[in-house]
Amino acid sequence: MFYRENGQFKSSYSSDQAIFPIAQDRAFVIGILLVAFCGVPFFINEYWANAILIPLLVYALAGLGLNILTGYCGQVSLGTGAFMAVGAYASFKLVGFFPEVNYLILIFVSGLVTAAVGVVFGLPSLRIKGFYLAVATLAAQFFLIWLFNKVGWFYDHSPTGMITVRPIDFFGVRVTGPEATPAAKYLFTLTIIATLTLTAKNIVRGRVGRSWMAIRDMDIAAELIGIKPLQAKLSAFAVSSFYIGVAGALYFGVYLGSVEPLEAFDINQSFYVLFIIIIGGLGSILGAFLGAAFIVLLPILMKNLMVGGFGVASGTAGHVEILLLGALIIFFLIVEPHGLARLWQIAKEKLRLWPFPH
Amino acid sequence: MNLRKLTGVAVAAVLALPMFASHANAYELVIPTLDYRTGPYAPNGIPLANAYSDYINLLNERDGGIEGVKIKHVDCETGYNTKKGVECYENIKNTAPSRALAIQPFSTGITYQLIPKSAVDEIPIFSMGYGRTSAANGKVFPWVFNFPATYWSQATALVQYIADQEGGMASLKGKKIYLVYHNSAYGKEPIRTLEALAEKYGFEYRGLPVDHPGQEQKATWLQIRKERPDWVLMWGWGVMNQVAIKEAASIRFPMDRFIGVWWSGSENDVLPAGEAADGYLSGAFHAAGGDFALHDDIRKYVYDKGMGAGDRDRIGEVLYNRGLVAVMWTVEAIRNAMKIHGTKEVTPAMVRDGFESLEVDEARLAELGLKDFTYGIKITCENHEGPGRVAVQQWDAKAKKWSMVSKFYEPLREITAPLIEADSMAYAKENNVTPRTCS
Repeated sequence: MFYRENGQFKSSYSSDQAIFPIAQDRAFVIGILLVAFCGVPFFINEYWANAILIPLLVYALAGLGLNILTGYCGQVSLGTGAFMAVGAYASFKLVGFFPEVNYLILIFVSGLVTAAVGVVFGLPSLRIKGFYLAVATLAAQFFLIWLFNKVGWFYDHSPTGMITVRPIDFFGVRVTGPEATPAAKYLFTLTIIATLTLTAKNIVRGRVGRSWMAIRDMDIAAELIGIKPLQAKLSAFAVSSFYIGVAGALYFGVYLGSVEPLEAFDINQSFYVLFIIIIGGLGSILGAFLGAAFIVLLPILMKNLMVGGFGVASGTAGHVEILLLGALIIFFLIVEPHGLARLWQIAKEKLRLWPFPH
Repeated sequence: MNLRKLTGVAVAAVLALPMFASHANAYELVIPTLDYRTGPYAPNGIPLANAYSDYINLLNERDGGIEGVKIKHVDCETGYNTKKGVECYENIKNTAPSRALAIQPFSTGITYQLIPKSAVDEIPIFSMGYGRTSAANGKVFPWVFNFPATYWSQATALVQYIADQEGGMASLKGKKIYLVYHNSAYGKEPIRTLEALAEKYGFEYRGLPVDHPGQEQKATWLQIRKERPDWVLMWGWGVMNQVAIKEAASIRFPMDRFIGVWWSGSENDVLPAGEAADGYLSGAFHAAGGDFALHDDIRKYVYDKGMGAGDRDRIGEVLYNRGLVAVMWTVEAIRNAMKIHGTKEVTPAMVRDGFESLEVDEARLAELGLKDFTYGIKITCENHEGPGRVAVQQWDAKAKKWSMVSKFYEPLREITAPLIEADSMAYAKENNVTPRTCS
């Protein structure tokens, strides 16, 4: 009744090629963006910014990056944590070298550095596939983290091997460190993520994205229709690593503020992001956001419900939370193996017919 | 109950949440803890958390709180995970009515996260002997306290103990001292100091990292077996400790030449190795055992009333006592704040003042039921580390007891002071902190 495209005619190429061809979708997305940009900053406090929204956005961006590689191009990667580390360390070093340069530019350059590293570690993908490629990217995970932990230059020879973000102003507004207001941090992160999401959406429905999907679906067939696997695979590695690098820079600079490589970027981090896209939905932009919401927010919600709501002891709640999260992941994967994004799609299809499904 | 009803109940429960929040009228002192009863470090986190909870319950039951003001204990589960720690901190820091009076993270990673925030949120951090060593410089870190001794002081103390066994500082020359460390910010802490000591006293130093969580150490100990160092130091935590002690036993490394940091010297670490752990050494700044008057009070007022957080027979384990001494000093700082500011409704900023002029001498320890439990401390504006003294304790596997085998060593401040100065000034420069003057 409410969600129906009857009567919405496409009378020009541009309306036919719109990102959201259905008016209700468009209104919905614009509404969410309006709330996120104009509503939330007025109400946000430190808890919501530092513990909920910024981690959510950062992980959504990392998920988006991995989804480009794994979901759209079909190349399994277990090196996400390491690529995030490259972004984080690149931004750390760049801010040290060029404190006057705009932070946004430095984050962008950190993404480019990560893209270059990603391409290097993507080279094996030209020869090996599937699980074997996953193992090859695992090498990136272990090698890069070892490097950042071993070579003192990366962490400015600090006695503990940790890197700590410097206080950085973005057009006169502090965006890192404890003195930054929650709204400033949140808006800074949100702007970057909204822009990159829009870009990603446009890349994946264009020529490049279609070449990735062709490779994913059947690489020999893709080659036969004239897609170069070298270009397609390496560009997927580059774009994906760029996104993950930017996510890593934000993860370090805006979200945590100080990190040590073995805890913040270890193999669990790679799995964490992989779970986000598997639960959210492979090959879907929305999936990265839904998956991040599931993985980041659900544990916090459960904890607050159990401890704050029902007075469960925090230790017990910690154990129950692990159990429940595991059970929920299995439940959702059984109900919909294609992830939450697919559930959303089914819901929309049902809504189209509602209230007369027959 | 069908799904719709269930959903209804769940929604009602969520909506009713605010009603659960208690609106106490009386002022309460909020002491938060960041516990880890889950995850790979839980065996160590549980006794620490139990001690905190028991001591607070004891004060509330026996004395009606601190100077008659009830204590509100807020705990949050971190699983020793930095990200969860950040969430917990943001969640509990503004707990009504007093806000969090002092934060004790019991994790180096979380401490590093919170140090820059402490000055902005105006909540003191009491990282008891861990965290950022250079926070000992109170001029740069007015909100952070890491008494009674830092890792750097401890490294100098352990080397002095070694020298005593070898026959003086001069006989360290040419000796091989290795460090097996947790490959994290925490484990790397003593490296600088040991390097400086090695240079000064002419011993050969080498660090052998062990990755989190520390179950895989075969290669490390093979190397030790091959290169035969004279002494091995260990900066370990959690399961890493017991694995290391077992591995050391399996290569027949002499246990009385194997010294752990004070986080590597609890019952959890030595019991799994059984008889083989006999003679193992570790650093310590307080006694082990549950025979102090305070322990009796805890049994009487807390456990007899069924309010104990853990098992009755585990009162007095090393890490339990570590938790007790931590919460005891925190409470004394709050008491001191009440005295300085002449009010019972203290705020975190006042508690910071309480920490900064804290003095708990032997007489006060005896009053608290902790006679000869640890040494007296005195904190000043410049020196947030306090005395920095460390002793060595030894494990007796037959009696299953730790006992002190050395005096309390004074730290070699000529080694640590320049390092602390350099590191804290680097922090000040990076973060645009102007060091305050202490007069």
